[in-house]
Amino acid sequence: MNVPGRLIVTAPPPRGRYGEFGGSFVPETVVPALQELEAAAVEALGDPRFLADFYGLEAGYAGRPTPLHHARRLSVRAGRPVWLKREDLLHTGAHKLNNALGQLLLAQRMGKHRIVAETGAGQHGLATATACALLGMECIVYMGREDMRRQAVNVAKMKLLGARVEPVGDPAATLKDATSEAIRDWVTNVRDTHYVIGSVVGPHPYPWLVRTLQSVIGSEARAQMLELTGRLPEVVVASVGGGSNAIGIFAAFLEDADVQLLGVEAGGRGPEPGAHGASLGLGTPGVLHGSRSYILQDPDGQVLPTHSISAGLDYPGVGPEHANLMATGRARYVALDDRQALDAFHLLTRLEGIIPALESSHAVAAALRLPDGGGPILVCLSGRGDKDLETVLGREPK
Amino acid sequence: MSAAGDAILAALPRSGEEPRVCPYLMAGFPDPEGTADLLLAAEAGGGAVLEVGIPHSDPLADGPTIQAAGRLALARGMTTRIALAQVAKARTRGLRVPVVCMTYLNPVAQFGLEDFCQAAAAAGVDALLVPDLPLEEMEELEGAASRAGLALCTMVAPTTPDRRLTLAATRATGFVYCVSRTGVTGTGDPTEGASLLERVRALSDRPLVLGFGVRRRSQVVSLTGLADGVAVGSRIVEAARGDDPAASVREVVAELCGR
Repeated sequence: MNVPGRLIVTAPPPRGRYGEFGGSFVPETVVPALQELEAAAVEALGDPRFLADFYGLEAGYAGRPTPLHHARRLSVRAGRPVWLKREDLLHTGAHKLNNALGQLLLAQRMGKHRIVAETGAGQHGLATATACALLGMECIVYMGREDMRRQAVNVAKMKLLGARVEPVGDPAATLKDATSEAIRDWVTNVRDTHYVIGSVVGPHPYPWLVRTLQSVIGSEARAQMLELTGRLPEVVVASVGGGSNAIGIFAAFLEDADVQLLGVEAGGRGPEPGAHGASLGLGTPGVLHGSRSYILQDPDGQVLPTHSISAGLDYPGVGPEHANLMATGRARYVALDDRQALDAFHLLTRLEGIIPALESSHAVAAALRLPDGGGPILVCLSGRGDKDLETVLGREPK
Repeated sequence: MSAAGDAILAALPRSGEEPRVCPYLMAGFPDPEGTADLLLAAEAGGGAVLEVGIPHSDPLADGPTIQAAGRLALARGMTTRIALAQVAKARTRGLRVPVVCMTYLNPVAQFGLEDFCQAAAAAGVDALLVPDLPLEEMEELEGAASRAGLALCTMVAPTTPDRRLTLAATRATGFVYCVSRTGVTGTGDPTEGASLLERVRALSDRPLVLGFGVRRRSQVVSLTGLADGVAVGSRIVEAARGDDPAASVREVVAELCGR
C-alpha cells in the first residue's frame, strides 16, 4: 500500500448533533462564518480536485501512508499481538498535520489568508505553522503560558516557521484558555480569518470536519491490518484529549460490530477535581467552546482546571461524537494516570525503539492492561515524544 | 406580549431622541455582596435598563476588562444564586428600572433552564440575554422564559445577513442587542454599528440597543436617532474598581447620560 488512505466522507450531522451532544453555541458574530464553512467543506469534500490536492500533499509532503508496525517485543509483554499505527512518523511528528493541511486548503479555497489556531502540546500549532509556511499564509497561534513553558521546543519551531505565538492567560494557562482566546480573535477578525481548530471539539461543523480529515488514519490502518494480518483488530486503542486521533482511527471501524473501541483519557494525579483530564470518565454534560459534550465543571457550570503530564490531554472537554459513542456503548473510555503513562513511555522506548508522545503513551499503557491471549490490538501511536523529553527527564529520580 | 417585555419597551421608547444608557455590571465585582448597591447606583446615575452579567469561567464574547472582572468575582465566591439574590435585594430596596440578566449558556443549563427562569423572574429580573445561544438553539429557553414571564433579547452582529436579522427581530420579546462591530466587549469604534442599526430598524419594531465599545458621552449622543439604548460595559466595570464603587458607578453613568 503506497497511496494515502481515503477520507471517510459523511454528510454533516443535522444541526451538528451526535445524539444529545454537539451543536453550535457561539456568539452571533461567527454564526454566519460557521454556516459558510460547513457549505464550503461539503462542496470541497465532494470535489475531486480538492481531494487530489489533499492526497497529493499527504503523500508527497506529509509522508502518508504511515506504516503499521507489528510491535513484536511489546506483543510478548502484552500477551497478544500489538500493532502500532505510526502517526508519529508523519511530518511534524503527529497526526495533527492531516487536519491542518486539509483545513488550510479549505481556507485558501474560501479566500481566507489569515489563520488562527490554539495549541496545547504545541503539535497542532506546529502543524498549522508548518502548513502556513508551505502555503504562504499568515499564522497566529494562541498558547497558554504553562504550555509555552513545558513545550519550549515547539514554540521555537513555530517562530522559526514564521508564526506569531501569542501567550495566553496567567502562568497556569493551558489549552482551554488558548482555545477561548483563539475563538475571541476569530470573532474579531472573522471576515478575513479562518480558525483552524485542532481537535474534534468546538461548534459544528468543526467536530465533523476534523473527524473527516483525520479519518485518513482509520481507513489506512484498517486496510493495512487486513493486508498484513488478514483480519480486523479485536480492539482499537487511542488516547483522548479532545479526541481527534481517536475519532480518526475509530471512524473506519464503527460499522465493524466485533471490533472494540477503547479511548484513553488522562487520569493525571488522581480523580480529585483539578487533578486530571478525564472529561468522559468523571465529567458531566455541559457546554464548552461551542458544543455540548462531557466537561469537567463545578455544580454552577464553571469549568474546572485540569492536569495531565501530557499537555495534549490537559483539556476539560471532549469531542461530542465521543460523548455519543460512550452514551450508545459503541466505545468504552478509561483513564490512566501520569505514572502509568510514563511507565509505558519507557517500555515502548526500550522494547521497540520508538519514543512515543506522552499522549500516545496513555494508549500504549491501556493496551498493556487488556487481558492476555486475545486477538490483535491496534494502537494509534498519535505522535512522537521528542517534545516531551524535558518533562520526562524532569520526572526521573535525581 | 409579557409584562416584562412591556417594561423594557417603556424604558427604551422609540422616540428618535438621544438613546437611553444601559449600564452593564458584572455581578460579584468587585465584591459578591456589593452588587445590589451598584445596581441602585447605576439607576441613580440615570441608567434606563440595567444589564447584570453572571460571571463565567469561559466567556467567549468578553474582552479583557469584563473577563478579568468575572474571574475576580468567581475567585471571591460569586455564584448564579448570589447574583439573583443581589437583584432581589436591590428590588426590595426600591430598584425600579428593568434588569436584563446577561449570562452564558452553561451556568443556566446547569441551574436548569426552567428553574433558572423561575428563579430569575422571582428575583425581579425582566429579561435574559445569552450571547452564546444562537437563534437556531433558542427554542427551549424561549419556552422556559415565556412560562416564567421573562422576555428574551436577541443579538445581531454586522456579519448577520438580512434573513437572520429578520429572524432575530421577530424572536426578540425584549430588545434587539446590536453588536457594534465584530469583536469582543470593550474594544473598537462603536459608530461602525450605524449601518447595522439602520438595517435592523427597517425590519423590526423592537427597541434597539447598541453595544460593544461604547465608552464616552459623545458616542451616546452620536447614536441619536439610530439606537434606542446604548449598552456600556467595560467603562462601568472599570469605575467599579475604585475605592468607592457605588459613587464611581453613579458618577460615570450620570456623565454618560449628560447629567
